[in-house]
Amino acid sequence: MGNRVVVTGMGVVSPNGIGIPAFLHAIQNGISGIKFMPHYHELKFSCQVAGMPDFKWDSLTNYVSEVTLHGLKGTNIAYGLMAALDAWKDSGMDYETEEPRWETGCVFGNSIADTEAMKNVINRVDNKEVKKLGSRVVEQAMNSGVTSYISGRLGFGNKVLTNSAACATGTQAILMGYEYIKHGYAKRMLVGSAEHVDTYVFGAFDSMRVLSRKFNDHPEKASRPMSATAGGFIPGSGAGALVLEDLDFALARGAKIYAEVLGGSTNSGGQRLGGTMTAASPAGVLRCINESLVSSNIHPNQIDLISGHLTATNADRQEIQYWCDALDRRGDNFPITNSLKSMIGHSLSAAGSIETVASILQIVHGFVHPNINLDDPNPEITKLVSVDSLPVKMIKKEVNIVAKANFGFGDVNSCLILSKFN
Amino acid sequence: MTRQEILNELKKVISPYTTNKEMLAQINEDTDLLKDLKINSANLVDIIIDAEAKYDIEIDYDEADKMMNVGSCIDVISEKIGQKQ
Repeated sequence: MGNRVVVTGMGVVSPNGIGIPAFLHAIQNGISGIKFMPHYHELKFSCQVAGMPDFKWDSLTNYVSEVTLHGLKGTNIAYGLMAALDAWKDSGMDYETEEPRWETGCVFGNSIADTEAMKNVINRVDNKEVKKLGSRVVEQAMNSGVTSYISGRLGFGNKVLTNSAACATGTQAILMGYEYIKHGYAKRMLVGSAEHVDTYVFGAFDSMRVLSRKFNDHPEKASRPMSATAGGFIPGSGAGALVLEDLDFALARGAKIYAEVLGGSTNSGGQRLGGTMTAASPAGVLRCINESLVSSNIHPNQIDLISGHLTATNADRQEIQYWCDALDRRGDNFPITNSLKSMIGHSLSAAGSIETVASILQIVHGFVHPNINLDDPNPEITKLVSVDSLPVKMIKKEVNIVAKANFGFGDVNSCLILSKFN
Repeated sequence: MTRQEILNELKKVISPYTTNKEMLAQINEDTDLLKDLKINSANLVDIIIDAEAKYDIEIDYDEADKMMNVGSCIDVISEKIGQKQ
């Protein structure tokens, strides 16, 4: 069986709210964080709106020393640090420690370093000014930059590592931390993920023609998962973080407990049987969801809420089909399903962790957040499931078990089963 | 530029790299950058880059290696300023 694993702290930097109270208010009220980006208009991007957190660098002075902050340019690191340190404080623990915290580790994921910040490096090198780069570039360019800043600030001495699995990164990070605690390798893991979709990464997605381009004049309507007028996703940025703890360890220190991670799975469809670099294999997704149910020891009928991947592309219909097949629930029997991306866009590696924070808030506060912009549900989707399972307004109801999945480029899947703590 | 003037300016250059502001206010030529001001050794590079920009001088790697306390920093900077004139 292994140890039970609970969530004792959460932090979030989201396009529609920074910090748990602001984020909770936003998702309960269907507040969009998608904004028009004048710079993207100038650059002739097809998609000119994005989910950008209203983040102020000055606010980090309350989190790290001025020496650390001086020279910190990586926006993904800034988001990750803020979410992680907020989660830590929320779990009731101090930042400062003289000794390494040997019992605590960190799995924090991300996709790519801040390439806007790296542009300065490239320019200096090309101008034969390499001597002026200074000491702070490498630590922010390395994939483990976010994890290193977090773990250094809090003195983590257990497993400290960085995962990357495209859009499945966030849920995968949480699952990895869960597994370490479950199997007794760590007592506590700070887990999550961060993403800053800068101009250059945004441009690369724009060129793939997978972004929404018909709502530049109405940014808050641009992200439309499961709708008939969904025309691509909206890149978002931010970070989500959770403190996971061994149940007994958490109880012994009198920690407040938000929820329990019952289990989960991460796998790949092998880019075979219909799976490709950019498309999920049906067999891989079904296995991932089924393995999650088995590892959590729950019946599909126990799922109260699906927090979908549901990015607002053609894949939405297929995803709903996968959930129907994996759970053998369809029509009126399909679980209530929502997509946070309708409000904040798709924050790639950060999506899974921000959506998991949202899932746990729905468990704790007894509500289902709305799918905004779903006034015209895709008829191909409502053929499969009841329109009532796709709420457009917040529902107040008890939520006991949530299935949270994400599917990423590389045909990688991650699924978590989250539960009210009993 | 006198050594005292350089020292006063150097305080400003060093300031972003130390949290020990009390010690910084009292530095003298014997103050060690790593031991006394608790500066991360990797950041010495950044102090040298900032000093180069401030005084419009170039400090080569061998000279930079000497800059471990305030006095030796002043030695190198005043020599470079002298060469400019």
